[in-house]
Amino acid sequence: MMIIDLLIGPFIEFEFMRRALVGCLALSFAAGPVGTFLMLRRMSLFGDAMAHAILPGAALGYLAFGLSLSAMTIGGLATGLLVVLLAGLVTRSTTLREDASIAGFYLISLALGVTIVSLKGSNVDLLRVLFGSILALDDAAMMLLAAMSTGTLLVLAFIFRPLVMECVDPSFLRSVSRAGGPAHLVFLALVVTTLVSGFNALGTLLSVGMMMLPAIAARFWAAELTGIIIAATLIGLISSLSGLILSFHTGLPSGPAIILVAGLSWLLSLALGPQGGLLLKLLPRRHLEA
Amino acid sequence: MSAPLLSLRDVTLGYDRHPAVHHLSAEIERGSLTALIGPNGAGKSTLLKALAGALDQLSGTIVADASLRIAYLPQSAALDRSFPICLFDLVAAGLWHRTGAFGSLGKADRVLVQAALERVGLQGFERRTLDALSGGQLQRALFARLILQDADLILLDEPFAAIDTKTSADLLDMIHGWHAQGRTIIAVLHDMPIVRDHFPQSLLLARECVAHGSTDAVLTERHLARARQMIEAFDEEAHICAQDSLS
Repeated sequence: MMIIDLLIGPFIEFEFMRRALVGCLALSFAAGPVGTFLMLRRMSLFGDAMAHAILPGAALGYLAFGLSLSAMTIGGLATGLLVVLLAGLVTRSTTLREDASIAGFYLISLALGVTIVSLKGSNVDLLRVLFGSILALDDAAMMLLAAMSTGTLLVLAFIFRPLVMECVDPSFLRSVSRAGGPAHLVFLALVVTTLVSGFNALGTLLSVGMMMLPAIAARFWAAELTGIIIAATLIGLISSLSGLILSFHTGLPSGPAIILVAGLSWLLSLALGPQGGLLLKLLPRRHLEA
Repeated sequence: MSAPLLSLRDVTLGYDRHPAVHHLSAEIERGSLTALIGPNGAGKSTLLKALAGALDQLSGTIVADASLRIAYLPQSAALDRSFPICLFDLVAAGLWHRTGAFGSLGKADRVLVQAALERVGLQGFERRTLDALSGGQLQRALFARLILQDADLILLDEPFAAIDTKTSADLLDMIHGWHAQGRTIIAVLHDMPIVRDHFPQSLLLARECVAHGSTDAVLTERHLARARQMIEAFDEEAHICAQDSLS
């Protein structure tokens, strides 16, 4: 009885906890699959770069309209998509590789963002943009999170086959279809929308964690893409729930608590996971006949 | 004599304006079985890529029937084998012309995939991920994908690289089978005995066409020596091609 009270009590008692939970769960549904593809494309650090890239837009929105969700979201989306598009253009038309051109644009973007915040705002404002305010989700924020997650999943399903082939065998894909390049670009846009929808809940920095940690943990639980995506989503959902409960009972800030739990589940997966986890490697096991 | 399947007219291909294939004109006959040979850096893979539609030419034209169905086997090293999809899904991509980017894989399609897997001797491996396959098994899988593509023109980039003799023999068998069905095949090869024994036509490339015709006439010591010389002509400071400014 005690344990159930500890686990469910906060959500029954407090509406802000229920809202926080709904928001985090919605985010997990989109962040897991998107993060899985980032990891498999060896772009695990791309989310981090893009989280910085969306800062100036979000900051501008915040400074112009105050804590207005729509202004910050539109601003973040605009700068994020702009950076992705410019980097894509540079990669296609010069010898610079994608990671290098993204590094160039996100650094400019980040410097602009910090400048904007320091020109007009205080450090408190900056912290709010960076670390989010999950315990203050209003209706509009929740609707936005849910809509963005749903849209991300639908679009990802739509580009799934070209995106997978673009990863596995890009020259084959180019010989049967022109969809590879656009699919990649749309995918990068999905990363931006997921990050932007996450920064209200968790902040720009921690929303990257919700994208990457469940995905890299999931790699240790399944051998195939579908399984990894499902595992990543589940780990994200569980981390959201347990992180919120942890933060409620210990007084830790909720965003970091969720990411810490996600980080812990990655470490556990690393140790115990059946797909190449450390424990199985260290256990002396006899080899098979065939 | 029927019209050629493919006509290359003064085609120049390359990267960053440096030509890898320079002013190539050639015709590929319908139903021919051609070995594409030449030293490293001769532009063989580049040419194949362009024929597959995966690379735009810098100048010149490639004339082909719009309805021509082309299947392309890239060098297997170009595959990301760590990506976690299973053998079945890789092979099923050969049905792209039926499913498109978004269509689902129907029951009849699954039967076709299964049959192709059996044809290359990989039944039972459907759920293996790519990193659990040997080099030979992966190449068999890629041939199964080619079967499903059901193409008129089949382009193979070093299909026997790092493949044992048994597997090579099986794959050569399949190539002869396609040839007998009237399909046109162009394969990049380095193994001269295989070229002599199995490929009636050859195109010797060294950035330019050195010789093209029946394999016996192409594979002469004089031609091969010339090909080796031409390949060393790459120049970082090269001027704009004079052949173009004349026209």
